[in-house]
Parts: sequence; structure tokens; C-alpha cells
Amino acid sequence: MTERRTIRTDYIARVEGEGAMTVVLDGARVASVELRIFEPPRFFEALLRGRSFREAPDLTARICGICPVAYQTSAVNALESLCGVEVPEPIRLLRRLLYCGEWIESHALHVYMLHAPDFLGYAGAVELARDERAAVERGLALKKTGNEVMSLVGGREIHPINVRVGGFYRVPTRRELRTLVDPLERAREAALETVRWTAGFAFPEHTVSCDLVALSHPGEYAIERGRIRSDRGLDIAPAAYDERFEEEHVERSTALHSRLRGGGSYLCGPLARFALGRDRLSPLAQEAAREAGLEAPCRNPFRSIVVRSVELVYACDEALRLIDAYEEPDAPAVPVEPVAGVGFGVSEAPRGLLYHRYRLDADGTILDAKIVPPTSQNQGAIEDDLHAVVAREAALDDESLRALCEQTIRNYDPCISCATHFLDLKVEQR
Amino acid sequence: MKAVVVGVGNEFRGDDAAGLAVAEALRDRVPRGVEIVRCEDEPSRLIDAWAGADAAILVDAAACRSRPGVLHRLDAVAHRLPASLFPPSTHAFGLAETIELARAVGRLPARVLVYAIEGASFETGAGLTSAVREAVDSVAAAILDDLEELCTSAP
Repeated sequence: MTERRTIRTDYIARVEGEGAMTVVLDGARVASVELRIFEPPRFFEALLRGRSFREAPDLTARICGICPVAYQTSAVNALESLCGVEVPEPIRLLRRLLYCGEWIESHALHVYMLHAPDFLGYAGAVELARDERAAVERGLALKKTGNEVMSLVGGREIHPINVRVGGFYRVPTRRELRTLVDPLERAREAALETVRWTAGFAFPEHTVSCDLVALSHPGEYAIERGRIRSDRGLDIAPAAYDERFEEEHVERSTALHSRLRGGGSYLCGPLARFALGRDRLSPLAQEAAREAGLEAPCRNPFRSIVVRSVELVYACDEALRLIDAYEEPDAPAVPVEPVAGVGFGVSEAPRGLLYHRYRLDADGTILDAKIVPPTSQNQGAIEDDLHAVVAREAALDDESLRALCEQTIRNYDPCISCATHFLDLKVEQR
Repeated sequence: MKAVVVGVGNEFRGDDAAGLAVAEALRDRVPRGVEIVRCEDEPSRLIDAWAGADAAILVDAAACRSRPGVLHRLDAVAHRLPASLFPPSTHAFGLAETIELARAVGRLPARVLVYAIEGASFETGAGLTSAVREAVDSVAAAILDDLEELCTSAP
């Protein structure tokens, strides 16, 4: 009889049953891999029903504390396209600048606070900071600059309230935006240093074979708009998302998995964006990628930390370009009248493709909403990857295997959206 | 004296909103020089929020270990927060880790107090439970006492 082992970690585990990984091994055979990392925002889909379409960017921004701009952007993209409105170019570029702030903030958090400790043999960022204080301070400074961009353009740094259907409530002056130039120039230097730092880490040889899916737009590294493409030839408008992707139950897991219809699991996020868009990065970011030895496509999820670092360079560089070219729009927003029908919107959240769909009546009341975040889409790919890692490393003891599984999950920067923030307090009497 | 009072939580997750409720209860009632901050995302940005402050008072919900509404007051400068405050996490950077990170890089204010309120329910879409709702005012009152003491003891 073979030995049955269960490797388990509770990691968003502040609520019974929420956020856990369970791997079951029968001898050296992987019996099951189950990941519960993400509660799709069904609550918000229900909350949106019956509300005015104008409330969608504000409400959906509350889904995630890390990527509120992504939720707002996909929402306004869906609603403006349904209502036949294309916002003026200065407004679109301002939204792109806001989005760059979110990328900087989110990538700095993940690279420095969450992911780097894995490669350097530390339990976490606190232990890393004790030995490599300068590196952690660099990460905190980068993150702060991202927050400053979000704060100035978005109104406040968390859950920006300034974005509305049709534009913004208020747009910054050129002079206000110029105050971001110095911090962003310093951040760009810190980002280049980040690429050099992460490129020097040791990476296990590992590749994933699934399709890489990201937005793509001619002439730019796609962030706030684009068609949905894959490295294997998929090329569709956002409106065709539901025809080509589906959510389904799979035998080994209780969670819904996104899959390509007629295909398998797929991966979105930095590796996919880099595979499809490397040539559209700024020259400085391309040079940083070359120096780091990154090839496109890069199919090693352990190297995603280097790709995120290159995207940090790009986001700083692009933010500076957008500020330099900024012209104040004639009005902060254009009028948008509701149209009955279904609208589709996408954008590239720091973790990958974020899809929104809304059905409105003629008054602009939301009849139903569908939101598919990147972490839901990546769930199948993460589980496939965990399965492969565990099968290959089954000889490790439980503790080492659990640590490797956790690192494998962190390669994908899974979202804490909908997670709670409360403390797990065991009372220790002193 | 410059101080920040931070309410940490997620207002859509039942008693997880306790810290935010305390922050709102204190709005317009704190002495001059005290800033009220809502923290609804991962808390590491708080290191910037308390930069330059003499004191930080943090309020968060806690998992229920005794009974809902029970309050704990911890001095985070005098003692490291109990190890049990660090739930294993592959993604979230928690409040306790933020405090320890700030300590490691020398960016912790001179006084840091943490109030933890034990919650009963963290269901999505639920409001505060009655025990926690009743605790909110007493926590706010205790924080006002702390602030008064800080103001009188500070230069």
C-alpha cells in the first residue's frame, strides 16, 4: 500500500475555509491539486444589478485594494463602447498614466515584499530588510512613487474616485503633473536597479506550455486598451471573449476554471504581455530586458519577477513620456447617454487580463454584470504548474515541498481581491 | 504632536470593517495634528502614511479567540507583536508584517499602539455584528484618551 501524504497551506487563511492549497500524493503519484486562492467577485456582480451604469467604476474599484484602476478602466471601457463614446485622446492618455501608477505600486509590492524573499532564502520581507535594507527601501520608494501618481491623477491613492464614465471628475493641470517628474525619474533609476538585482537571482529550469494571452495594440505596450491575442494565433475583439473563453468545473477542484473553448488552461499576466509586446516596450525597457537576458517568449514562471521588473522600468518611462506630452483636455469628461444593450471592456491589470461585461436597459440601469479577473483566469494554469512541480519533486520532504509549492504560486502574483484584512490573533498572556 | 489613527479593514466583509468604523467614529473628534487614515488595501503603504508622525494608533479586526467584541491593546514599540499575529501568507502583506518591516528599516514612529477587536463574522456583504458594533464606541473613546495622553506628554 502506498503512503498517502497531504501537503497543505492556508495562506489567505483568516477565515475558515478561505484561501488554501491542498496537494494529495499517493506515494509518488499526485492524486490531487486544489487551489482556492480567489473568490470571484460574485458579490459585486450582484451588487451592480439595478444600479446606474455611472456607478460601475466606483463600485468595481472596491473589489481590489491592489488594482482599483484596472477595475475602473475595464468598467468604463465596457460602458463607453456600448454607449458609442470614444473619450478624447488627452483623457485616454491620462487614464494610461493613472494605470502606470498602479503598475508601479503593484509590481513594486510583489517584486520586493512578496517574491524576492523566495529567491534569497528569507522567510519574508521583514527578514530580507534586516540584511538588505537598501534593497527593501528601494522597493518602498518605488511603491510610494506609484502611490503618488495614483493619488494625483486618481484623486486618492486607494480606490481612486476620480474616474467616471466619459472621463474624469477633475483633471490635473500641467503644473501639477510636473511635480511627479522628479520622483518618477528617481523611480526609473530604481526600476533599472531592480532589473539588475532580480536578473542575478538563481532560477530553477522550468517551463510552462499553455497559451499566453494578453491584450495587444499597434504601436504601444498594451495596458488600457487592445485586442485579446495569444502567442498561438488567437486575435479577437473584447466582445468575442465569451465565445472563446469559458468557465467550467474541473474534477480535481471545486473552483471554476477559465479555459479556452476547445483548448486548455492559459496564462495571462507579465509573461504573456512580454511574449506579445516586447517589441513595443520603450527602448530603455527593451535594453533592460536584453541586459537581463530575457528572451521573448519567456515561459519560465520563476523569471516572471524579472519581467515584472522590466515592466516597472516601462511604467516609469511611459509615465514620464505621458506627463511630458500632456495637454489639458477641454473638459474633464464628455457626455455619455445610456444605450440599451451589452458592453464589453478589457484592460491589463498588473496580474493580467481583466474582463468586464455589462447589460444595460435604456435608462442605464445595469441588468447584469460579469467580471472575470486575471487570477481566476490563471487558476487552471497555476494548478497545472503545481501538479507538474509536485510530480517532479515528490521525493522532497513535506516542508520543502510545501515551500516550493508556495513559491510556485507566488510566481503568478495571485490577487488578494475580496480577501479580508483582519488579524489572526492568538491571545498570549504576558 | 503629530499622530495618525489608522482604521484597517474591508467594509464589505462583516466585522472586518471594525477598524474602518472606529476611524469614522473618530472623524472630527481628534485633536489638531491627528490624521485619520482608512486602510482598505494591503497595509504596507502605511509606512508612508505615518512618516514624520510621533505616534500611530492602528485599529483592526481580529479572528475570534474568546468572544466577539473583546478588545486587545498592544504596544508595538515595546514588544514585537505576538508571532500568532503573522498568519502564513503567500500574497498579502499584513499589518503585523508592515510594523515589523518598518521596525527593520527604522521607520516606526516612537509610539505605536494596536487595537484589535475580535470579530464574529467575516461574511462577504454582511455588516458589523452587534457585539462589534457595540465595541466601536468604546474603542473610539479609548483612542481619544490615548491621544490626550500623547498630547500632554509630548513636547
